[in-house]
Amino acid sequence: MQPETEIELAEAVRAAKGPLRIVGGGTRPVGRPIVGEVLSTAGLTGISLYEPGALTMVVQAGTPLAEVETALAAEHQRLPFEPMDHRPLLGTTGTPTIGAVAACNISGPRRIQAGAARDYMLGVRFVDGAGTVVKNGGRVMKNVTGYDLVKLMAGACGTLGVLTEVAFKVLPEVEAMATLTLSGLDEERAVAAMSAALGSPFEVSGVAHGAGMTRFRLEGFTASVTYRADRLSDMLRPFGAAKVESEPATVRAIWSGIRDVTDFAGKPGDVWRMSVKPSDAPGLIARMGAEVRLDWGGGLIWALVPEGTDLRGRIGPFAGHATLVRAAPETRAAIAPFQPEPAQLAALTAGLRAKFDPRGILNPGLMT
Amino acid sequence: MEMPVPDAGVIKRKARIVQRLQEVLPLSAVIHDPAETRAYECDGLSAYRCAPLCAILPSSTDEVSAALRVCFEEGVPVVPRGSGTSLAGGALPTADSVILGVARLNAVIETNYPDRYIRVQTGRTNLSVTGAVEQDGFFYAPDPSSQLACAIAGNIAMNSGGAHCLKYGVTTNNLMGVTMVQMDGTVVEIGGAHLDAPGLDLLGVICGSEGQLGVVTEATLRILHKPEGARPVLMGFDSNEVAGACVSDIIKAGVLPVAIEFMDRPCIEACEAFAHAGYPMCEALLIVEVEGSPAEIDEQLGLIKQIAHRHNPVELREAKDAEEAGRIWLGRKSAFGAMGQINDYICLDGTIPVSELPYVLRRIGELTASYGLGVANVFHAGDGNMHPLLLYNANKPGDLEKAEALGSDILTLCVEVGGCLTGEHGVGIEKRDLMTVQFTTEDLEAQMAVKDVFDPRWLLNPAKVFPLASSDARRHQAA
Repeated sequence: MQPETEIELAEAVRAAKGPLRIVGGGTRPVGRPIVGEVLSTAGLTGISLYEPGALTMVVQAGTPLAEVETALAAEHQRLPFEPMDHRPLLGTTGTPTIGAVAACNISGPRRIQAGAARDYMLGVRFVDGAGTVVKNGGRVMKNVTGYDLVKLMAGACGTLGVLTEVAFKVLPEVEAMATLTLSGLDEERAVAAMSAALGSPFEVSGVAHGAGMTRFRLEGFTASVTYRADRLSDMLRPFGAAKVESEPATVRAIWSGIRDVTDFAGKPGDVWRMSVKPSDAPGLIARMGAEVRLDWGGGLIWALVPEGTDLRGRIGPFAGHATLVRAAPETRAAIAPFQPEPAQLAALTAGLRAKFDPRGILNPGLMT
Repeated sequence: MEMPVPDAGVIKRKARIVQRLQEVLPLSAVIHDPAETRAYECDGLSAYRCAPLCAILPSSTDEVSAALRVCFEEGVPVVPRGSGTSLAGGALPTADSVILGVARLNAVIETNYPDRYIRVQTGRTNLSVTGAVEQDGFFYAPDPSSQLACAIAGNIAMNSGGAHCLKYGVTTNNLMGVTMVQMDGTVVEIGGAHLDAPGLDLLGVICGSEGQLGVVTEATLRILHKPEGARPVLMGFDSNEVAGACVSDIIKAGVLPVAIEFMDRPCIEACEAFAHAGYPMCEALLIVEVEGSPAEIDEQLGLIKQIAHRHNPVELREAKDAEEAGRIWLGRKSAFGAMGQINDYICLDGTIPVSELPYVLRRIGELTASYGLGVANVFHAGDGNMHPLLLYNANKPGDLEKAEALGSDILTLCVEVGGCLTGEHGVGIEKRDLMTVQFTTEDLEAQMAVKDVFDPRWLLNPAKVFPLASSDARRHQAA
């Protein structure tokens, strides 16, 4: 099914006799493999409202992400949370949609400084599991009117409702950027260097480590980037001499590679994604025995492990969460792709699902 | 303001309820003498008062859990209270309710600079969170105007903002984890020192839920290193419209100031008389603040001044040193106090798309005149969060009601132009009955369904946020 309007979509959900598999561009097959009739949002397209002077864009859920980014670029603006493109890592094809970015709360390296997709979502419209149309939030930057269901929808992967429209706060594109690179640090030293940078006043907008290189990104006005690159280099001197790259195309390529974890693209094995306290990362990595890439100053660990490995079982209890992002469907059926919750939180989650999707038909079981 | 009829059965059982609470709390933590419970009869919305059945001041998560368990078993409504600075009546009691104050929960639990967070008990005041880390160069970004007094618990309940949230976001963007006690005493841990939720973003819906989902006793908050410096520039214009257009142009130009504050003539005059900040007498005044190294500040202010010059400012004053910066902020920061000196007022909090500023300011002027009242505007212009102060005389019969009616009209206007009823103060009781202006029945049902899950008997802060008629069935099935 591919409804063309929100009303049609609501009717489709209401009329559904069994489980629905909600699909945007189909580029991010994450979670438990599920069966169900495909309900595509690709028919809901278009930018409904874009006010560059108010830093606001309202867009239909099925709109290609590329269309959103092109429209923003024309006004010299951007999505600050830098959503990851999963296609290289997962080997998928298709057209990523803005609705899936919102529904799965997809962010990139800038998440550590600017925030996640959920932090830039101002409002949503969605169809719940009963086929009721609900709106929440709005299109203004500050809004505490009623409960924030926008956050609840961001990251629910369509299990509480099918997003039909999302309002975003956007930000200006930057004039200049630079990447500082330190070489040869082990994970422990790399995390220490990244923490030092993030604890500085220099507004580092990306901090990542992998393949022996520790990267720091600065963005802003030209003179400011130059100044901060100098100061940050001085600060990082105890960790080595930083090499500075400020050619925009090169800087962009470095960070889109980090964002999309292209180092693991096409390599055999399963890929896990862990969100942890940055200073816990070196210890966890030692327990993992896997090839890793770090983002968010060490707070995000990408791990490449042999197929079928239960990474959680291997490392034992830890603070944070681990998601199995890339694995064969059989593996994702056998190992919980999403971090199992403690009983009390699981009860709240189950309660919310029962309210928003009483028949259990929206991507049922996807997040278990 | 209509409040539910208190449950006579609960009031009759006061002695027993107090005794049961005393069994799980230190004696000094249970306040039940009517002379003392009066201290909790209102919050910052002081036009409405009602003493609670009793007030409790637990000092730990365990005590909160034990006390809530008692209230749950006794079927007593509980009204959580931070510092009682809510301007929306978020902490207004009913006669059959127990006020749960977090004032004794004020410890810093952990400070972690490498991972950039602080964990505190939530009775701690907003400013004292920064106070705990500033000697090491760090700060907690959300800065509501009441930050000297307001508690983190209330900030989380209302998802509070502040003048600097244009750059740093509001509470929800700086909150990493909480310990929360549900109405039945269950303690849950949500989030922590890592980012994002493993499953549903429960933290995101708890923040801003006005104390209706649980009592947050501990919070992990993101801290940031202070910028190298900050400097404000003051700009005067001869109309609100021109000032509004200037705001829009600054934002479009790619500069991201940390704050853009707006004051209109009545407010400028009152502040000047009160604080003697040396403001120019003009129709509209903007204070724009940027951060960074001295050179970075020069560059950004250069751009901002260029934009301002295109709008023919009547005054353009850049702070040369800390003292001048202090003087520029002095008037703005004393605005509410200054207005309070000359008038009673209702402070509104609607947010509008920035592009609608000139139109909405004009309409506010027209509406106010039609009611025969006065208005002063002072607000966070960068994000469209308006704070019209509706001036009235509390001693003049009917004046408060008139001001409230004007307030409804203005908030309805905010919704009509694509905005919302409240940007940072919360709904509380004040805007409860206007919720149907912004939301359909289905929209409100979806929100109330969340409360059904967290607090099935609707005992936590039950008469807030949702119109009484909407929540009536739920509150009664609870009792």
